[in-house]
Amino acid sequence: MRLAFTIQRYHPELDAAPHDETYRLDVARGMTVLDALIRIKNEQDGRLTFRYSCRSAICGSCSMTINGGEKLACRTSVRREWERHGGLIVGPLRHLPVLKDLSVDMGSFWGKVRAIEPWLRDSGRQAAGGALAAGASRFHNVDACIMCGACVAACTVHEVDKGFLGPAALAKAYRFVADARESGPARTSRLAALQGPTGMWDCTRCNFCVEVCPKDVQPMEAIIRLRREAIESGHTGTGGARHVVGFRDLIARFGRLNEALMPLKVIGWSLRKFLRVLPLGVRMLLKGKVPSPLHSSMDGPERVRALLERRR
Amino acid sequence: MKYALYPGCAAKGATPELFQSTMAVIGRLGIEVTELTASSCCGAGVVGEADPDGALALSARTFAQAERLGLDIMTICGTCQGVMGGANRKLKSDPALLQRVNRLLAPERLAYRGTVQVKHLLWIVVREVGLEKLADEVQVTLGDLKIAPFYGCYILRPSGDLGFDDPEHPDSLDKVIRAVGAEPVDYGGKIKCCGFPIILEKEDIALAMNGANLKEAKDGGADAMVTPCPLCHMSLDIYQERAGKKIGANLNLPVLHLPQMLGLAMGVPAGELGLQRHLVSVDPFLEKVEERHVERHKEKGQV
Ligand code: SF4
Ligand code: SF4
Ligand code: FES
Repeated sequence: MRLAFTIQRYHPELDAAPHDETYRLDVARGMTVLDALIRIKNEQDGRLTFRYSCRSAICGSCSMTINGGEKLACRTSVRREWERHGGLIVGPLRHLPVLKDLSVDMGSFWGKVRAIEPWLRDSGRQAAGGALAAGASRFHNVDACIMCGACVAACTVHEVDKGFLGPAALAKAYRFVADARESGPARTSRLAALQGPTGMWDCTRCNFCVEVCPKDVQPMEAIIRLRREAIESGHTGTGGARHVVGFRDLIARFGRLNEALMPLKVIGWSLRKFLRVLPLGVRMLLKGKVPSPLHSSMDGPERVRALLERRR
Repeated sequence: MKYALYPGCAAKGATPELFQSTMAVIGRLGIEVTELTASSCCGAGVVGEADPDGALALSARTFAQAERLGLDIMTICGTCQGVMGGANRKLKSDPALLQRVNRLLAPERLAYRGTVQVKHLLWIVVREVGLEKLADEVQVTLGDLKIAPFYGCYILRPSGDLGFDDPEHPDSLDKVIRAVGAEPVDYGGKIKCCGFPIILEKEDIALAMNGANLKEAKDGGADAMVTPCPLCHMSLDIYQERAGKKIGANLNLPVLHLPQMLGLAMGVPAGELGLQRHLVSVDPFLEKVEERHVERHKEKGQV
C-alpha cells in the first residue's frame, strides 16, 4: 500500500516558520511510524531530523505528535493509524521548542525532573524489605516512566503555563514521597516545596497525561495521591487544598455541592479574593444561578452525611 | 427507552437551565425517566482526592438506587459521566473493592450488585434515539449556522473507562450538530480543558485555557458553542468575559447546553430552555435561529 506522510519541517535558523512536506511511501505489513521515518530519511530526504535509539519503546526518545496525539513513533503502527484517522500527519511534541523538524529541546523537561530531586534524600531509615515492598506497590507504575515527554506535551496546563512542573516530574515526586525509606523531615520538605505556584495544585485533572502515556504511568493519579499526602500531612492552606477539603465538607453537609458556599470555602478569609468573586456572584444571583445556601437539592442529605462520617 | 435520571449537582444548582432543558426535550426523543431524587453528588473527582473509598461509595449508592428500580442511569453532565463511569468500571472489576464499598452502604440497607450501566444523554441520543429520529424531530433548519462542539475532558478521557468516542478525534457531538442541521466547527480546542476545576484558586491559568478554546472556536466562525458538561458551561459562559479580557479578545460567543441546542432545533420555545439564565447573551444566536424558523415555514407554505 502506498501512503502519504505529511511531516512538519522546521529549521529555525533557515525557515521563517514551520511548514508541511508530504512524502509517499510503500508501506509493508507491521511497519511502525519510526520505520517509515527512517525509510523516508534514507531514501527520500536525508535532512529529515528525528530522534530514536531503542526502536522498542524503552528509551523514550522517539515521542512525537502523530495524528493529533502524543505517541512513540516506534510503537505506533502505520496501518492502525491509517485505519483510525485516514491519514498520517506527523509533527514534533507540542509546546516545547523545536530544535529541528521532529526533535524538540527537552531541556525544560529534564530541568523539572531534576528540580523535584529524584533521589532518596536523607534516607537514614533503612526500611525493611517488607516496608519497601508495600510502598513500591504504590509507585511501581511511576517507575515505569521512560521520560519520553509525551505527557508534558499533551498537558493542557503546561500549554498555557510553561513553568508548570508537569505530569512526569510531579509523578516522580510522588514516587519519592511514597518511598518508605525517605525520612519524615525530607518527605515534609518535599511536600512543602510543591505547594506553591507551578506545583501540585495547578493540575486541572484533564486526564491528557493518563491518555497519552505509553507506559501507563497515570501521572494524574500520582498527582492526586500527592495531594492527598499533602492534605493528610497538614498542608491545608493552599486554595487547592481548601477546595478539596471544603468540597468534601459541603457534600457531607448537603449531599450535593452547594455552589453558593463553594467559593467561600476556597477563598477563606481573603478580602481581596472575596472582592474578586463577588461581582460574578452578583451577576449569577440576578440570573437565578445561585442556589440557596441553606437547603439541599436532594432528598435525605443526612444519609450522605452519615456515610461520609463513617469514613472519617 | 427508560432511564434513571441522575441530575448531579450543577443541574440542580448553578445551571438549573440544564435540568429544565433536559426535561423539555427528552420526551420528544422518546426517552422516559425516573429522577433519582435521593442521589448525591458523584464526588466530581474532588471528594476522591481526599477520600477515594468515600467517593466510590457515593457512586455505588447511586448505582444501587437505580438497580433497585431496574434501570440504567442517564447522566446529563460530562464530569458525572467520567467519574461514575470510572467508578462503575472499578466496582465491577474488583469484587473485594465492591464488598468494601457495599459495607459503607449497608446501614442504609443498600448494596450494589454491579448490574447498572451509566450513559450520558449525548451517547443515548447518538446510539439509542438515533440521529435519524433526531433529524426527524427537527423543526428549524439551522442551515448555515456554525456551532462549535466542546466535549469536555471527562466524557473523552481516560478513553479506557469511557469507550465511546475516539479521544483524539471524537465525533459524537459533531454528528448531533449535523443532525440538527447546523455545521460543526472543527478546531483543536474541542477536546481540550475548560480549566474549571482550578478556576477558583488558579483563575489566571484557567482563563488562559478557557479563552484560547473560545477564541479558536470564534475564529473558526462559530455562531455558538455547545457542550455536554455543565461545569464546562460555567467556565465558558460565566467566566467568558474575564477570559476575553485576559487574552485580549472580544469573545461574545453564546454557549449552549446540549439539550438546549436540541430544543432550539426541535422548535421548543426559548423560554422553556432557560436560555435567559446565561451570562453571555444568547439573543444574537436566537435571532439567527428565528430568521431561519420563519424561512422554513415559508418554504412549507405555512406563513
Ligand atoms: S491531568 Fe494534570 S498533569 Fe495531567 S495533563 Fe491534565 S493538567 Fe496536566
Ligand atoms: S509519564 Fe509516561 S508520558 Fe510522561 S514522560 Fe513518563 S512515560 Fe512519558
Ligand atoms: S526509539 Fe526508543 S522509545 Fe521509540
